[in-house]
Parts: sequence; C-alpha cells; structure tokens
Amino acid sequence: MLGRSLKSQVVAACKLYRLRTNIDTKFNTMYKSFEFDKKLKSILFAVIILGALLSVIGIVTNLDHTHRIWSNVLLNGFFFTAIALGAAFFVIVHVLGESGWHTAVQRIPEAMSLYVPLGGVFMILVLVGMHDIYHWSHTEDLDEILLGKSAYLNPTFFSIRTVVYIILWSFLIIQFRKLSLASDGSDDIRYFNKTRTLSAIFIVLFAITSSTSAWDWIMSIDAHWFSTLFGWYIFVGSFVSSIAFIIIFVFILMKMGYLEHVNDEHLHDLGKYLFGFSIFWAYLWVSQYLLIWYSNIPEETVYYVKRMEDFGFVFYANVIINFLAPFLILMARGSKRRLNWLLVTSIIVFLGHWLDTYLAIMPGTIGHPEFGILEIGMTVFVLGIFCFVFFRNFAKAPVVPENHPYFKESFDYDNIR
Amino acid sequence: MEGKAFVSGYYLDDKDLVDGIRALQEKSIEITDVRTPFPVHGLDKVLKMRRSRLPRAGFIAGALGALIGFGFQAWVFTQAWPLNFGGKPFLSVPSFIPVTFELSVLCAAFALVFGFLMRSGLGPGAPNVIFDEEVTNDRFQILLEVKGDNSEQLQAELQSAGAEGVQHHDV
Repeated sequence: MLGRSLKSQVVAACKLYRLRTNIDTKFNTMYKSFEFDKKLKSILFAVIILGALLSVIGIVTNLDHTHRIWSNVLLNGFFFTAIALGAAFFVIVHVLGESGWHTAVQRIPEAMSLYVPLGGVFMILVLVGMHDIYHWSHTEDLDEILLGKSAYLNPTFFSIRTVVYIILWSFLIIQFRKLSLASDGSDDIRYFNKTRTLSAIFIVLFAITSSTSAWDWIMSIDAHWFSTLFGWYIFVGSFVSSIAFIIIFVFILMKMGYLEHVNDEHLHDLGKYLFGFSIFWAYLWVSQYLLIWYSNIPEETVYYVKRMEDFGFVFYANVIINFLAPFLILMARGSKRRLNWLLVTSIIVFLGHWLDTYLAIMPGTIGHPEFGILEIGMTVFVLGIFCFVFFRNFAKAPVVPENHPYFKESFDYDNIR
Repeated sequence: MEGKAFVSGYYLDDKDLVDGIRALQEKSIEITDVRTPFPVHGLDKVLKMRRSRLPRAGFIAGALGALIGFGFQAWVFTQAWPLNFGGKPFLSVPSFIPVTFELSVLCAAFALVFGFLMRSGLGPGAPNVIFDEEVTNDRFQILLEVKGDNSEQLQAELQSAGAEGVQHHDV
C-alpha cells in the first residue's frame, strides 16, 4: 500500500464491489437451453440395451468364472463413479480457486457429478460379490499378515465404509447442485458464498475419502501389497478421465448445436488440464514404480512382477497410451485449441485409463488377461447409463450459470500467447 | 534510450488501459511500450504483437537436455565407469529417468530465461529508466516516444484517451 493514494484505493474497492455483485454484468441474452430429445434418448437406450445384452451373454458364458463377472462389476462401477467424482472435484476446486473461466462449462462437470448416487449402487452391488474379489474377506482362512490387517480389512467395516462414502459424496454433490440451481433464479451473492463453504467442506472430506476409498476398493485386492501413494495415483487417473469426458461432452453438445458460447480459450484451458494432469499421472506412476524397482523388496515387487509377466502388453501400453500420447499430441499450442485434436486425445485417454483400472484390478482377481464380450458389454452398459444420467441432468438446468459472479469473466479473458 | 524523450500516461484499470490503447491506435499514434503490474489478458492481441517464439527455444533446449542427460548416464554406466548398484543391469533405464527429467527441465528453463532476457534486452546492466514507481503497484502505463516537439500534443491525446495523469520524461 506504500504510496497508494486514497483515491486509487476507493477506485479499487469499487472495482471489487462491481465484480462481486455483478452489477454491470447482467446478461439478457438467452442461452439456448439443452433439450434431451427423442433421438439422443433412443441412441442411448440402444447403447444401454446393447451393453445389457452383451453383458448377459458374457455372464451366461462365464457362470463358472464368478471372479471375472464380479471383477467387471467392480471395474466399471468404480471407473465411472470415479469419473463423476473427478467432475465434482473439478467444479469444487475452481470455486475454491475463485476461478472465472470455468463458469462457461461448469454445468457439464456439475451434471456429470450427479452420477455418483447411481454409481454408488454399483459399488454397493460389489459388496454382494465381495468374496469373489477380495481374498481378505474370507475371514476363516487368513494368514498372519492379513490377520494383522483384519481390524481395518474386514467385511463389516468395509461395507460400512462403502456406504458412508457413497452417502457422504452424494449428499455433498446434491447440495452443491441445489445451491448452483438456486443461484440461477436470484441475484443474491449468498448462494455463491454458501457454495464456497460447501466446497471447502467437500475438499477436506474428499482429500481423506479419495485415498481411503482407493485403498479399500482397489488396493485391497492385492491385500498383502501396499503403496502409500496409491490413493493419489487412482484419484489423478480418474480426474484425467473426467477432463477427457468433459471434452467429449463439449464436443457432442457443440455438434448438436449447443454451447455456442464456448470459445477457443475455454477449449485451450480444458486441453491444458488434459495435458498437465496426464503428465502428473505419469509422474505418480514413475514415483511408485521407481521406488519399488529400486529397493527390490519381494513383498513390494510382487505387484509389478505379476503385471509385467502376465499382463506385459497391457502394462507397457498403459504408459504409452496415458502418458506419451497426450504428451506428444497436446504439446503444441495449436492442438489444445482444436476441438478435433482434443476429442481424439480424450478418447485415447478415456480408453487408456479404463485399461489402467483394468490393470489395477484384474491381475489380483483373475490373475491372467481376459478380454471378451463380458468386458466390452459391461463397459458399454455402464457407459450408456453414465451418458444417460449426464444428459438428463444437463437438460434440467440452463446450460450456463448466468448469475455466477464470475460469469462475465469467463468470456473476458484469453490465454497469453 | 539516451537523449530521447517520452510521454507517459497512467490508468488505474486494465480495461480502461485497453480502451485507451484502442483510442490511440484509431488516431494511428505509435505506442512505444505499455507497462503493467500484471499480465493483462488480451493486451498482446490489441497491440498486435507476434506470437512469442520462446516456447520453441524451450522445446529444443529441453529435448537436448533430455538427450544429454540420458546419453551421458548411458555412456558413464556402460562404457566409462560401469558400477554394480544392487545387482541392477548397467543400462538400467528407470534409474536414469530422474536425472534425464531434471536435466531437460533445467535446460529448458535456462533457455527460456536467458532467451527472454536476451531478446527483450533486459537483465543485469540493462538501462532501467523508471517513469513511474507506481507501475509495479497498481498503475497501468502507456509510453509514447516524443519525436520533435510534439510532446504537448501527445499529452493531450493521452488525456483524451482517458489517462488519469500524463507526464513528460527526458531520458
């Protein structure tokens, strides 16, 4: 404040006030609201039915491989729930960071996050097939190490945790959505402030639950093995997939003639997210691999030995698809600003992270790579439901939060060249 | 900059600044420099500046750094001085990754910083003329070079373009 005149301070305070209360940023233009029309509905129904049919065929032909069936329920149930959570995290972290640019696309991750309650149903379904996935759940024959862990890893506490996660996340996400919708109908800044408080609560709880849920649902499959950064590794993977899905949905909606307000700058920022967090995912991957490779302790290396020997192709493809592809494609500025390049990368990243989750689950449950109608069917089925839930919720609200205090800022910026 | 004269005008808001630049450009007055306390979005577009070529320098230096980092380690540990670390093979790629990564970041960062200082003529020993100390605090400043004796005219133009205050500087 040295040498700053009283006048300039008053001017600055007025600017701040104007920004916060949105006085001169009223938008009277109507944004075309999204209509979940019959055509899209029937396409998605066809996808869901096709997926269901393939799943049924897969289940019937694999009735003696219940391991495989339940692993697939876990894989797809978890993968899409985690994507929805990543989308919730996306909105919340921008609210807390006082970001403006994201408000142009905010409703997309918001609608995606509303899949969490339904995805939770799959996770609760997994509890039924627990004995086919988690060998620590066979409480009658546990070795010494698993007995030592049994205070945490036992069926009762596991079920309680699963239910608590789902209820907690669903509650916070629905509350967030309510506040966001309430702010549409009013100029009151109160809703925005409440959103911030709620986000702060969510992010603290999510910091803990994102790690513990990854330990519970994924890491405990290899119950003897442990890795301290496993929670972040899984979380970042799902966050990258949610960015990829936001871009895919932006593409679909743009091709359908909505989202005319989304410009190159918004695409550029989404592209930067996809690029940056793919690198961050690779960073965590290397951090985990390098330390285990270097110290070379059998109880730790067993995790990688299984994956490199039995799942060799998938193991190496995982790194190439999820790191090298987005890294090389999105490095140039131009490709982050072109929707088609972004779409291609997003699809690669989506498939790559599905494969990553596959690689995290399958070696511990079925032990050798199996890929067929069952895997494809269940993925298509859950993907169809996920998209259906997204479009249904996206149609329920205006495509942009017009009364968001930073809404105007979202169109008033561009990326430094 | 020796022996030159400048006229400066300051603004208190980045939006007013951009509007002021547009007003000056409409009268085809050449803007020498614009100084801001933080990067103003859209300013480079308004000033019609070319896209920076720094990222290219950064990429090339980074790639070189990665090659040097990896190549040097591979040469040392297989040719020059092979050492057995915990029974690992001499050419053990995972252990080379951290050094390769750090060296590529270091080279890219050096190329960016020194490339920037070189191209913009800044850095140690560069002539540093302070027209307005508040520029590093909350003021946005437009600089116009005085050619001949049009100082008063330029000051008037700046004022009509919305500047909060104008000054004449002899350097």
